[in-house]
Amino acid sequence: MTLGLFNKPVYDEIASTAKSFGDAMVKLGAKYKNVVVLDANAGRFLNLGGFARAFPDRYFNFGNAESNMIGAAAGFTIRGKIPFVCSFSMFITGRAWEQIRNAIAYPLLNVKFVGAFSGILCGEDGATYQALEDVALMRAIPNMKVACPSDSVETKQALEAMMNDYGPTYFRLNNTPVNNLHDDNHKFEFGRGHVYKPGTDVCIFSYGDTFHSSLGVAEMLERDGVSTMVVNLSSIAPLDENLVVECAKQASHVVTVEDHQITGGIGTAVAEVLSRDYPTKLTRLGMNGFGESGKPEDLYKKYRLDAVGIYEQIKALF
Amino acid sequence: MSISESNRVIIESFRDHLKFLRKKSLELRIELLKATNKAQFGHTGSSLSAVDILVTLYYGKFHDRPVMQFDPQKPGWDGQDYFVLSKGHACPALYAILADLGFFPKEEMQHLFQMNSLLQGHPVKKIPGIVLNAGSLGHGLSGALGLAMALKADRNSNRVFCLVGDGELQEGQVWEAAMAAAHYKLDNLVLIVDDNGLQIEGPTRAVMSVDPIVDKFESFGWKTVPVWGGHNFEELLSGLERAIEVQRRPAVVVAHTIKGKGVSFAENKSFYHGVPFSDEEMAVAVPALEEELALLDL
Repeated sequence: MTLGLFNKPVYDEIASTAKSFGDAMVKLGAKYKNVVVLDANAGRFLNLGGFARAFPDRYFNFGNAESNMIGAAAGFTIRGKIPFVCSFSMFITGRAWEQIRNAIAYPLLNVKFVGAFSGILCGEDGATYQALEDVALMRAIPNMKVACPSDSVETKQALEAMMNDYGPTYFRLNNTPVNNLHDDNHKFEFGRGHVYKPGTDVCIFSYGDTFHSSLGVAEMLERDGVSTMVVNLSSIAPLDENLVVECAKQASHVVTVEDHQITGGIGTAVAEVLSRDYPTKLTRLGMNGFGESGKPEDLYKKYRLDAVGIYEQIKALF
Repeated sequence: MSISESNRVIIESFRDHLKFLRKKSLELRIELLKATNKAQFGHTGSSLSAVDILVTLYYGKFHDRPVMQFDPQKPGWDGQDYFVLSKGHACPALYAILADLGFFPKEEMQHLFQMNSLLQGHPVKKIPGIVLNAGSLGHGLSGALGLAMALKADRNSNRVFCLVGDGELQEGQVWEAAMAAAHYKLDNLVLIVDDNGLQIEGPTRAVMSVDPIVDKFESFGWKTVPVWGGHNFEELLSGLERAIEVQRRPAVVVAHTIKGKGVSFAENKSFYHGVPFSDEEMAVAVPALEEELALLDL
């Protein structure tokens, strides 16, 4: 059996987190009448058609004008609305960063930012569209929570968690289909990580699509007799600091894997915690530079974010 | 009472109202100058340029109907109109008004811009009477736009007023918002441009020309109301009234103003855009304003 991002053990549902998000929003909109969706000409990539058809008076397109959209989100909150601000990760977090910081996070407004096509997985659109710094940009803002679900179950649960929470959140989504790794008993909570698979030699922290790769890596390493722990840190901020320390203590090698620059992402977040509470050697895997156009699976192969690539990089540590 | 008699009463009460607004504007000028002088920080010229527009919004009445509906005792009241000061650096003028209206104690003006105080260098939501953080130029109109859209979605007929500076129009975000406001036919949104022709670096037309402002908004689908006397309450009131009456599109009042208005040595000088008066300057400015105030009572 081949393993890795695109050949995972088969579970029930195959959908991208972006698609699951759009499906979940229809239910969320029916449940919460104050949910509004603001879209910057990217709704189809977040599967927002269902929401727009079901609640035409709560769906607003702002065209290709992210800065204005985020400024307007601040206005919506004054009337008690909860805006879900949707676009490409790159243009929400990058182009409109100052609007997010000053208009939303500083006054602590209840606005949810949803970004599609995150990471190099964005694919053929090339480096221009590949948000590889979004986690770093959002993580640095006070009051901001950052979540990246790994499958449709987590996507739905994270949405509920966002609704039960007050304050700005950045929700990082991808558009490549993934299997469901979790069943409905799994619970997403902000500030909580989840040990998906226990192990003692290597501990891999990851989130999103590279979490899927990491599970493939674990299986390959186990075959080599290396006991591997895989931890899903889908709540990137706040980070489950206790869990990070506990897991690091159990393993002899600590590795972070992410589809993001190794600077500023979860590698940095884990390093911050460990350097303070449990200094140990940490290997950060991820992107170190700009991406390029290509099929997502080819890019993961080239930039060694697929199971084989990660496996080889971890094996080199021994 | 005959018709001519009742007209006379209306005209006289309107005259009294205009006099009241002039008085307020002089008192508030003194207040804001004192506060910024004490803080040794503040955008004096910008505040003096905007204060008459703010006075019209907060104290002005058309035929006994206030320009803006609000009640300092009822924050978050559903029937209120909203105001967003997008040129947030003119906040000393707004703070002086909010204190005068009782949104917060006047005592707060003594601690303007100081550490651990309520009144920040640019408006923040935690200040009673402020609905949106502002001051990062270009943000305010977007916030006002979102608010106006939310009011429409709620079938609420209240209005949103927003004040921007002419230099602020250089921000692209303003035009993104202008496009969206016309697209969504927001006739509950009234923008006012404090067009004093100066910004911190010099004349707007030398730094980065924004003219013709009226034509630009016109082409974006807005109703435009030019007001040549941006410190004349009669003109401001009638301009705002015309803007409010517009249906199915947003309206902008382009008010021609004078930076530093009311203090002769500071008028039309970009130097005074962002500096407080020294004690020597205060010794000239305040007595002159007080004298003007005394003349009004004669």
